[in-house]
Amino acid sequence: MLDFMENVPQIPLAEGVTWVTDTITDIFSFIFEPIQEHFGSFMENTSNFLASVPPIIVILLVVIGAFFASGKKFGLAAFSLVGLLLIYNQEAWEQLMSTFTLVLISSLLCVIIGVPFGILMSKSRIAQSIITPVLDFMQTMPAFVYLIPAVAFFSIGMVPGVFASIVFATPPTVRFTNLGIRQVSEELIEASEAFGSTGSQKLFKVEMPMAKQTIMAGINQTVMLALSMVVIASMIGAPGLGRDVLSALQRAEVGSGFVAGLGIVILAIIIDRFTQSLNTSK
Amino acid sequence: MPVIKVEDLSKVFGRHPERALKLLDEHKSKDEILEQTGNTVGVNRASFEVEEGEVFVIMGLSGSGKSTLVRLLNRLIEPTEGNVYVEEENLATMDKESLRKIRREKMSMVFQRFALFPHRTVLSNTEFGLEIQGVDKEERREKAEKALELVGLDGYMNQKPGQLSGGMQQRVGLARALTNDPQVLLMDEAFSALDPLIRKEMQDELLDLQETMQKTIIFITHDLDEALRIGDRIALMKDGSIVQIGTPEDILVNPANDYVEKFVEDVDRSKILTAEHIMKRPETVDIDKHGPRVALERMREEGLSSIYVTDRRRVLKGYVTADTASDARNQDVRNINDILNTDVPTVDKDTPLNEIFEQIYDSPVPIAVVEDGKLLGVIVRGAVIGALAGENGVTTENA
Repeated sequence: MLDFMENVPQIPLAEGVTWVTDTITDIFSFIFEPIQEHFGSFMENTSNFLASVPPIIVILLVVIGAFFASGKKFGLAAFSLVGLLLIYNQEAWEQLMSTFTLVLISSLLCVIIGVPFGILMSKSRIAQSIITPVLDFMQTMPAFVYLIPAVAFFSIGMVPGVFASIVFATPPTVRFTNLGIRQVSEELIEASEAFGSTGSQKLFKVEMPMAKQTIMAGINQTVMLALSMVVIASMIGAPGLGRDVLSALQRAEVGSGFVAGLGIVILAIIIDRFTQSLNTSK
Repeated sequence: MPVIKVEDLSKVFGRHPERALKLLDEHKSKDEILEQTGNTVGVNRASFEVEEGEVFVIMGLSGSGKSTLVRLLNRLIEPTEGNVYVEEENLATMDKESLRKIRREKMSMVFQRFALFPHRTVLSNTEFGLEIQGVDKEERREKAEKALELVGLDGYMNQKPGQLSGGMQQRVGLARALTNDPQVLLMDEAFSALDPLIRKEMQDELLDLQETMQKTIIFITHDLDEALRIGDRIALMKDGSIVQIGTPEDILVNPANDYVEKFVEDVDRSKILTAEHIMKRPETVDIDKHGPRVALERMREEGLSSIYVTDRRRVLKGYVTADTASDARNQDVRNINDILNTDVPTVDKDTPLNEIFEQIYDSPVPIAVVEDGKLLGVIVRGAVIGALAGENGVTTENA
């Protein structure tokens, strides 16, 4: 059947991608290097600062925050208390702070990048038809693949970890922002237009507030994805609980792997419930 | 000068509106055009003028294009062809900035499902129009409070719309539209989502408000009773075209075609038709010239059992019945004043039929229709019943 293909030489796709990546690395090194340097040290400092705060204060703040965020119920507060104490007891506090920094900064950047793209997508059919396949690509490409250019651009450490997380975790925010804005009822849009809103008034006074819940659901997804990227990012030297999982894997230590993994689960549940309660409150 | 003047306004939905417009010129129907071009005709060459302070009702069944038409008036939907003049300015061709200015200052809209912003309080919803214009906080708050007071919602300012009933929500919608102090109020099926009792209440309230505000109101509805109740004039739409424009009476009494006739068939005529429609020219006697004999003679000629008495300027004085006139003749009473019955049942010419019912039922004589004391006509029982059955000018085939 495919006889005719025998005359077609193999397309040098892999070589092409390598060449593109190399070229980008070369051309933009003047951007990448300072980012790696300054941003890297900024993240380092943040992580160190968090780690330097006495754990008991962090735990208390989280527990109190959990109590109020969950509408003055004890469940999440109690879970946070026990969970964080357990992590402390397992001497994984520092790693926890690194992981948290990584997730926090990646998620923030995802939101900063994702929401505007989502808005763009909701406003323009052309933008939507371009961005949608890009998002599909970003989400289905195995996450490990992002590590390679990340290392090429930013060497190893937290910064390429953040880069890979952003690529992997941004899509839900973009998609949900788009969805949220498109779901705003036609009559409300008409109302805002009938009173003479400009485009940005319509966006900020009507569409965004109405889409808020959906966007927050997207952000929640983004945070969860960023957290799941933490283990993978440890392969390129990102510190934190992920690194413990990785080294346990390499040495086939079931116990310590489980403990580090449990730490990630505890963090995930706390972050998830926090972001969700931000959404449901009010 | 009309506040709004609409000229040949058309809207065609679809990809090749120009082809559809051409077919419209050839008087093809909406369905034929859909079949041939895939385009839907929303509004077909609508033209009308609305005067200042008028309540202009656009009525039609669903799919008749009435909601599209009202959205063409503030260009929420772009017209395919035609002009909309708002005080001489052509809205259909103006740039975005001027359009925004008109929407902000001259026209407000009230929506069928209220379209209140659920994340804002009642007060903040009401302020919306002014907020968009950048009016400062104090001033817009003051105006919004005034508007809410006007619709009787001043106690609910800090509630969210979701906490209010439908009728109250639409009051907020109305207050929001009034806060801008627009000249023109576009009301798109504003009361259709409310239950019948509340709807009636809102209609009354709108009419009360209108008495003091004197806005130009364009009111969309599918409910003929509502149209007849609040409209100064009514435009009836079918398949995107305006079939007839006229006062409520015009539409009832002289339906332009079978469609309108069918439409008005089921109307409760008792609310629409007034005394003026069913009164007859009165037989009278002159109080200064005529005596009981003449009165009796006239009654005999016309086959009446009573007759009204007026003076020379037709000012109503009373009535005499055949019985009293005959007694008077026998006793040789000359002056009609002596037998005059002054307890006369009267109505004025704008009294609707349903209010005449009870009166005519209790009254021994025909009801007198008067204006400034002068007798304009009389209403006999038969005329009331006839009018309800669709006779007497109000023609329907099935009547």
